[in-house]
Amino acid sequence: MNFTLNVWRQKNANDQGRFETYQAKNISPEASFLEMLDVVNNELEAEGKEPIAFDHDCREGICGACGMMISGRAHGPRAATTTCQLYMRNFQDGETLTLEPWRAKAFPLVRDLVVDRSAFDRIIQAGGFISVNTGNAADANALPVPKDNAELAMDAAACIGCGACVAACKNASAMLFVSAKVSHLALLPQGDAERVRRTLNMVKTMDEAGFGNCSNTGACEAECPKSISISNIARLNREYARAKLLS
Amino acid sequence: MELKSNCPGGPIEKRWEDYKFHMKLVNPANKRKYTIIVVGTGLAGASAAATLGELGYNVLSFCYQDSPRRAHSIAAQGGINAAKNYQNDGDSAYRLFYDTVKGGEWRARESNVYRLAEISVNIIDQCAAQGVPFAREYGGLLANRSFGGALVSRTFYARGQTGQQLLLGAYQAMMRQVTAGKVKVFSRHEMLDLVVADGAARGIVTRDMVSGKIERFAGDAVLLCTGGYGNLYYLSTNAKGCNVTSIWRAYKHGACMANPCYTQIHPTCIPVSGDYQSKLTLMSESLRNDGRVWVPKTAGDKRAANEIPDAERDYYLERKYPTYGNLAPRDIASRAAKEQCDAGRGVGPGGKGVYLDFRDALKAQGQKKLEEKYKELFEMYHNITNEDGYKQPMRIYPAVHYTMGGLWVDYNLMSSVPGCFVLGEANFSDHGANRLGASALMQGLADGYFIIPYTLGHYLASSKHPKVDANHAAFKDAEDAVTGKLKKLLAIKGKRTVDSFHKELGLLMWEHCGMARTEKSLTELLQKIPALREEFWKNLNVPGSDADLNQALERAGRVADFLEFGELTARDALERKESCGGHFRVEYQTEEGECKRDDDNFCHVAAWEYKGEDQKPVRNVEPLEFKYVELGVRSYK
Ligand SMILES: Cc1cc2nc3c(=O)[nH]c(=O)nc-3n(C[C@H](O)[C@H](O)[C@H](O)COP(=O)(O)OP(=O)(O)OC[C@H]3O[C@@H](n4cnc5c(N)ncnc54)[C@H](O)[C@@H]3O)c2cc1C
Ligand code: FES
Repeated sequence: MNFTLNVWRQKNANDQGRFETYQAKNISPEASFLEMLDVVNNELEAEGKEPIAFDHDCREGICGACGMMISGRAHGPRAATTTCQLYMRNFQDGETLTLEPWRAKAFPLVRDLVVDRSAFDRIIQAGGFISVNTGNAADANALPVPKDNAELAMDAAACIGCGACVAACKNASAMLFVSAKVSHLALLPQGDAERVRRTLNMVKTMDEAGFGNCSNTGACEAECPKSISISNIARLNREYARAKLLS
Repeated sequence: MELKSNCPGGPIEKRWEDYKFHMKLVNPANKRKYTIIVVGTGLAGASAAATLGELGYNVLSFCYQDSPRRAHSIAAQGGINAAKNYQNDGDSAYRLFYDTVKGGEWRARESNVYRLAEISVNIIDQCAAQGVPFAREYGGLLANRSFGGALVSRTFYARGQTGQQLLLGAYQAMMRQVTAGKVKVFSRHEMLDLVVADGAARGIVTRDMVSGKIERFAGDAVLLCTGGYGNLYYLSTNAKGCNVTSIWRAYKHGACMANPCYTQIHPTCIPVSGDYQSKLTLMSESLRNDGRVWVPKTAGDKRAANEIPDAERDYYLERKYPTYGNLAPRDIASRAAKEQCDAGRGVGPGGKGVYLDFRDALKAQGQKKLEEKYKELFEMYHNITNEDGYKQPMRIYPAVHYTMGGLWVDYNLMSSVPGCFVLGEANFSDHGANRLGASALMQGLADGYFIIPYTLGHYLASSKHPKVDANHAAFKDAEDAVTGKLKKLLAIKGKRTVDSFHKELGLLMWEHCGMARTEKSLTELLQKIPALREEFWKNLNVPGSDADLNQALERAGRVADFLEFGELTARDALERKESCGGHFRVEYQTEEGECKRDDDNFCHVAAWEYKGEDQKPVRNVEPLEFKYVELGVRSYK
């Protein structure tokens, strides 16, 4: 298969940035999207040109490192799929694809398709944990958790922190990310003691990081590679109201 | 060099407890005076950083990803072992200990393995308290499953995302310490050298991968938790960034490298589909609980899988190993698959695959039940291969997955360089010649949460530390070496890309030092690697500069180290004239084609000592003794 790629190239945060066009030739339909980029990069490198920078690591859809806008969609056209798990057979031969980084004020650009998502780490630092020092734990079965709650908590905990929700949202809101962590921990009895503090602190840090507000458009859920549900956002809103009341 | 394991004596059940009691403690008020450098944020590094922060130490934490949460541990699917015996099926710390020693073919220390089994139960408690959403039964209690190489159900799991959930638990605990001011995180920082000053590890030199800045960090001890080096083979199930660099740097400063020839090749991976392929995807071993492995009885049978009647299928694992059947340990299942494919009975493109068939499980349990257990795995398989595992059997083939070898450490997890500790997959410690499924997560967390907090304290309290800061000459030397090497890589300006060298090295390793090794293949390999290395340094092309984000340069540095390390691996494989676990020497096999160990001559750890650039490394030996699990034949029949 052959593709024309319009790729955002930007040397660093201070550079202006521009689109450049590349040809991806003789690509196997069984190759992944990132493998297609590897082929292009190898050709560039062989000519002594700098490869297109993009984040990636596990290439299994779980580490959350990869991610880019592919022709206007976060992680490309396929639902519930990270960029690394996207295969070229999902595209038409001869197609032109536009590759851009996540665009959000809270995710400053690093280079080409690489952005700085450390704001997510700061949000977790604000309260995305259960305060239990090593060695403090009671027997794991001393506190039963109803299976349904455990399953719901796991659904929320499946978030990989890739940032697609922010990139897909017209307001660049991080509500899906924050609500997934708040839900995961609020749904478990272990997380109950810190519910109020956690919710308030995480939301505050999210606002300070420059993410936008949620206007319930649902683009985040539609583009999330892990299908994290926006019902988590509803839960976060309830948790927040409850926290405000109790604090 | 004499390798002192520092293992305690006495009854095995009491060793760790007694040892802990006799260790020196650091005065709580003094802990804040110590700075501990932790390289790596996988299960081992994140759990260590969090726990040491909680205890009051100042922790500097490094990783090459943009966030600590993305360490390769995140990709572990299947589960984590613990001897809880919640299932009442006869499990105990002793049985887990026994299974692990036997599974590793009597090539690990009894003291270490027992400690691991003993601690396993605390790990589950800790993780549950952190909110790790483990799978549960309707009664709300924790669920278990069985895993390759075990006859009891002792594996805890969180769907197919156990590593992710355990890592997020450890990462969150670590983030909590960031807020407490005890842990400082340096993401996108690659460690490029270890600094040894006045005989002890006192710091590291890193490259800020965004600005290109080379930086020095000084501390009182360095913990290397940098994971495995399976990417030596280019194609592996590891994340793309996994590397040998940090431990290879430590090796060059005197840390011995133990058993690099023990490579785990996992039987259930999606087969290779083309030369553009960048990695291989693991299909969790848990699938072997319900999937049956088979090949057509006749070589070259081209019929579709579903058209081949049972009588013409060879369920070779069930046939060869009636007790364990499809749950035979990884090394055994991998070799059996290779044997079938070598005999022409393999399936799929190039005949490099065997079937993993869910037909019978679907009949017995229905698709819904299987979805509950393996939904993501079936989806992943479908997405990658465009085939539906519910409708036709999956195709699988072995791939490099885990490295049992690594830096030699004593019972305290300290390498042969004082003050340089090694945790998780990066050390050689607990799995012997073969690791059992769901035991790596257990080991990483045991090392980080429950062992290092004690042994590090003992080291700090019992040795004198002259103040060393980053102006010490050793830091300057290390920085100069790092800068020099980067400049050299950029200056070659030859014709070949980094990946082309990495692929060539990987293929050489796979063919000469993969699932089967011979004296001939290894001798050849020992000639081919230096030649490839020479070409690398003459004909590599790394574009760009070292003053900003340069992913080609990052890869080049890692491949340069693989090109040296591969040679040591081959040497180790050549010298170990026996077969055991992840090291199968064709010359040493039983009549049935199983491993033939040589306990008289090789019941030891081989730990290689660096002697200088053009010198042969020295093979040091630490003898292994077995008092509890008697040396025996590892039979899974
Ligand atoms: C696909 C897959 C599935 C698996 N499933 C299971 C399972 O079900 N059960 C099980 O028990 N085991 C499993 N394993 C094995 C297990 O996941 C690993 O052995 C384990 O997670 C390793 O943890 P670690 O903390 O030692 O290292 P890692 O998690 O690999 O972390 C390494 C860390 O070191 C950092 N690092 C590396 N080099 C440098 C450097 N030079 N400078 C700075 N930082 C550096 C990285 O950034 C990273 O943070 C699986 C492995 C794979 C590949
Ligand atoms: S590379 Fe890890 S999710 Fe894509």
